[in-house]
Amino acid sequence: METKNNWKAWLYLAPMLLLMSVFTFYPLFNAFIISFYKGYRPLNGTIEGYTLLENYLVILNRPQFWVAMKNTFVITFVSVPISIIVSLLIAVALKSIPKFSKIFQTIFFLPYVTNSIAVGMTFAVIFSRDYGFVNVVLGWFGIDAIDWIGGTSNWWSQMAALLVFVIWESLAFKILVFTSGMQNIDKQYYDAAKIDSASKWTVFRRITVPLLSPIILYISITSMIGALKSYNSVIGLFGAKMGSPADSMMTVVAFVYRYREKFASKGYYSYAAAAAIILFLITLVFSLIQSAVSKKRIHY
Amino acid sequence: MEIRMVNLTKIFTSKNRKEVHAVDHVDLTIPAGKLIGLLGPSGCGKSTTLYLIAGLLKQNEGQIYFGDDEVSEMPPEKRGIGLVFQNYALYPHFTVRENILFPLQNLRVPKEEAKQRTYEMAKLVGLEEMLDRKPKELSGGQQQRVAIARALVKKPRVLLLDEPLSNLDARLRLQTREEIKRIQRETGITTVFVTHDQEEAMSISDEIVVMKDGVIQQKGHPQDVYDHPDNLFVAKFLGSPQINVFDASIENKKVVIDGMPVGDTELPDQKLIVGIRPEGFAVDKTKKSPLKFEIDLVETIGRDTTLVIEVTAEESSLLDKKTFKAIVEAENRIQPKDVVHFIVKPEKMHLFDLQGKRL
Repeated sequence: METKNNWKAWLYLAPMLLLMSVFTFYPLFNAFIISFYKGYRPLNGTIEGYTLLENYLVILNRPQFWVAMKNTFVITFVSVPISIIVSLLIAVALKSIPKFSKIFQTIFFLPYVTNSIAVGMTFAVIFSRDYGFVNVVLGWFGIDAIDWIGGTSNWWSQMAALLVFVIWESLAFKILVFTSGMQNIDKQYYDAAKIDSASKWTVFRRITVPLLSPIILYISITSMIGALKSYNSVIGLFGAKMGSPADSMMTVVAFVYRYREKFASKGYYSYAAAAAIILFLITLVFSLIQSAVSKKRIHY
Repeated sequence: MEIRMVNLTKIFTSKNRKEVHAVDHVDLTIPAGKLIGLLGPSGCGKSTTLYLIAGLLKQNEGQIYFGDDEVSEMPPEKRGIGLVFQNYALYPHFTVRENILFPLQNLRVPKEEAKQRTYEMAKLVGLEEMLDRKPKELSGGQQQRVAIARALVKKPRVLLLDEPLSNLDARLRLQTREEIKRIQRETGITTVFVTHDQEEAMSISDEIVVMKDGVIQQKGHPQDVYDHPDNLFVAKFLGSPQINVFDASIENKKVVIDGMPVGDTELPDQKLIVGIRPEGFAVDKTKKSPLKFEIDLVETIGRDTTLVIEVTAEESSLLDKKTFKAIVEAENRIQPKDVVHFIVKPEKMHLFDLQGKRL
């Protein structure tokens, strides 16, 4: 039976496989190849030979690349845990107010359907020095206006603003997934816990979180991958200058983009490809570590 | 601990705003230390009653007392109840030990004592060897016993079981119901369990409470309820095979079915409904009895024989069905197509008025 109908399975998969080959596998493979070219000029397609590591070494020796790496890692390892915890708490809170939970669910989901460039511009206004909402609120407590993201701002304040934006933006999807995940938890567990005199905190810690753990794993892997690829949030908040001084807030993807922009210069295309491959490998390694660690801690 | 319900009412409002009285002004006292079966068809309000006692649902009207202590407004965790859910609701990520320990941890019982009590409970339900397993590594019957242990470990005043046997296969069901009876006897805890299976309720309950449409139909010792059903519903609900129900009349102090007299009565002439238990028929070997039928099917199970009789008369006197059953001793050696004369045992014949009330 199985072997006989194999061609049918392939037939059904064919459209997806075709699209993926053109838009995923080929570019990935091609980026890999390009990262080994020497003196590549994409305009006329000429190369001056091959090299195994030269392009990678060039990238790793650029301070700008390490700025991008630092920013990417800070965004990933601060925003992902915080946004998971916050969205879990919001999802639990939503569950305990059944009356308005539909309305709040809609409100919390709005950021997801909003363009992140537009939201970024809004945040840029919120964090602006002279008339931004954040400084207005700080002003009520007698704190002097801070230049969060303007010309005189430093890395810390810019990163703080960026993290607030990134976390806020990523909450929507997580809340949605967690609320639907919680709906799949049998209500009887909660009734049983109530009868067993469990406090709300105990129920959250010992019942909700463990029973949601497969979903939490899924969310943490996907959002970690997403955060490692951060790019539009930086553009949205800081514009094409990407921070002050320029490029100080760039991420690895932004770095790739900057180098790709210089394609007219000999070899830059290969540097960009090398940076992209490095990011790809980092993402892969973290995903593998995460799923290996979680396998031991997840109960199903 | 005696459980007393006074005027207890629970109303559910459906989406089209229709009100359903799931429990309708119920007054019921459950004596201390007994095993009580709440029995009825689905939707009769038995589970709702259980959840009202547990406090997971809130009544619209009425009060609940445990002894002299009114618990009507108490949250479930304050009532001191143990509840076993229909699908057990064991936490799948906890081991058996952690499941049983969980209520004690929440009550901040000292560690050593909690450990001791967990072991004692596991021993009571015969699972002391399984403490480190996860629920999914246990059979349905074992899971059930873990759920009972978890319910009992905090020494509740009352044990409540919601359809405790419905998720078990037939053999395990017999075993488990005896197990429940044993555990209840050993602990002496007032226990209420809900079931739609009359055999289950009859076999282990000290008392059964039959419900229908949120109203208690009858309450009492299982045998008493079976022998003296207050109404046609109770008569039909208890007993397997079901009681046979006939349209009948009383003529000159004789109960008559299809022109055939089946028994005597002191009641005045009237139309009525007669219920005769299948075991209420006996074969008249003298063949003098006027009550005779041709047999269609014979089911022999060794100890006795079930005769299936089709009533073919144009206007059948039989209510609901086309056939009725009689259970007679196997030694009669009856074959299909035989015409058998029957005597009806008077104590197995129940007379009801046309509304189904016992006469």
